[in-house]
Amino acid sequence: MSEKGFDDIPGTILFDAERSRQGYHLNMFCMSLMSEKNREAFRDDERAYLTRFPMTAEQAQSVLDRDWNRMLELGGNIYYTSKLAACDGLSFQNIAALMTGSTQEDYAKMMLAGGRPPEGNRSKSEWERG
Amino acid sequence: MAELIAGVATSHVPAIGAAIDLGKTGEPYWQPLFQGFEPSKKWIAELKPDVVILVYNDHASAFSLEVIPTFALGCAAEFPPADEGWGARPVPVVKGHPELAWHMAQSLILDEFDMTIVNKMEVDHGLTVPLSLMFGQPAEWPVQVIPLCVNVVQYPPPTGHRCYMLGKAIRKAVESFDRNLRVVIFGTGGMSHQLQGPRAGLINRAFDTDFLDKFTTEPQSLVRLPHLDYVREAGSEGIEMVMWLIMRGALADDAKEVYRFYHVPASNTAVGHLILENPGLPQRRLAATHEITSRPDVDAHEEVVNHVVAQ
Repeated sequence: MSEKGFDDIPGTILFDAERSRQGYHLNMFCMSLMSEKNREAFRDDERAYLTRFPMTAEQAQSVLDRDWNRMLELGGNIYYTSKLAACDGLSFQNIAALMTGSTQEDYAKMMLAGGRPPEGNRSKSEWERG
Repeated sequence: MAELIAGVATSHVPAIGAAIDLGKTGEPYWQPLFQGFEPSKKWIAELKPDVVILVYNDHASAFSLEVIPTFALGCAAEFPPADEGWGARPVPVVKGHPELAWHMAQSLILDEFDMTIVNKMEVDHGLTVPLSLMFGQPAEWPVQVIPLCVNVVQYPPPTGHRCYMLGKAIRKAVESFDRNLRVVIFGTGGMSHQLQGPRAGLINRAFDTDFLDKFTTEPQSLVRLPHLDYVREAGSEGIEMVMWLIMRGALADDAKEVYRFYHVPASNTAVGHLILENPGLPQRRLAATHEITSRPDVDAHEEVVNHVVAQ
């Protein structure tokens, strides 16, 4: 149901109804990491902890792999996955750098220089030409 | 009668809260940002409002995917800071104003805005970072706060127009409350930023500048901006800017901009900040509206880069 215009924005996933339904349990797992008790249980045995949430095997694997983009593709939302990042001691900027495939240094420099410009980043066609 | 006297727009980046809590505000990376809020802190300390209506979005803290209210009004007597995954921020518990909040809820619902009434809610960085930016680190917040939480995480958020009209209804609600209270409304979030995926780090200074330029004098030209434009031009999280339009709608058409600040970056985000005053306030002008830009001289800031990476 996502709208065509949004689909054309490169490197961006709209958290719409479809994603929300797909990612419900993945996101609710992330939500559970708001309590220290749960964070400890997760750190103790990640695989065992994940079985508390009826997510797909693919979703669970993306968590174990800390594959931040894959989690979003499978219905994760950044405000939820950031709780997993926080549990790992990573900031929003740390995982942003990881999702862009950049080093932390290069990403930080890009931000200090004014960020990623909109020019060349509005349409998938611009990335394909890339 | 209660009176809505002014509005504040500001970003609510979590890293700003962390910088304050960890005593890093004087570091080279952060110093220009906090300097930009110094006039604002003086302004609000002199204004001494009784109540702040704080429009923000919850970032999967009080609400999860279990319940997703589009507009939720905090009617409780107090709101504790949330543990967002790294422990709760060491800031005072936020005290509400249940009488005014309940009055607003009734007035807004009868005005056809179907608010969700919340009597128990933790508040995350979306609410506490703007308080820290404006009030610093007091032992107790010097105002009572009514949280107004807007869904901008699950698509679709409310439209800009709906937000603007809600603002107008809020003004009517406040000004029909039979107590002498001076009320300021904060609209928070934005400006351009994208936290997710391969396009993370997007900043659109031209879009932000245009938004700031039109916000006070031509809000009508912003209220029909489609969500698609926000997401494409200002990043997937830039859509938070619809919340600023609630603040704008709540102020008079001829409200005046008395302060502006814009700074890139705070973590992944372009920080925008405006102060608007309604007519009728004694003329209290801040130092000339000014703006600090991103620092192009990256080489001179290796120290800053290293600091960021080490965080």
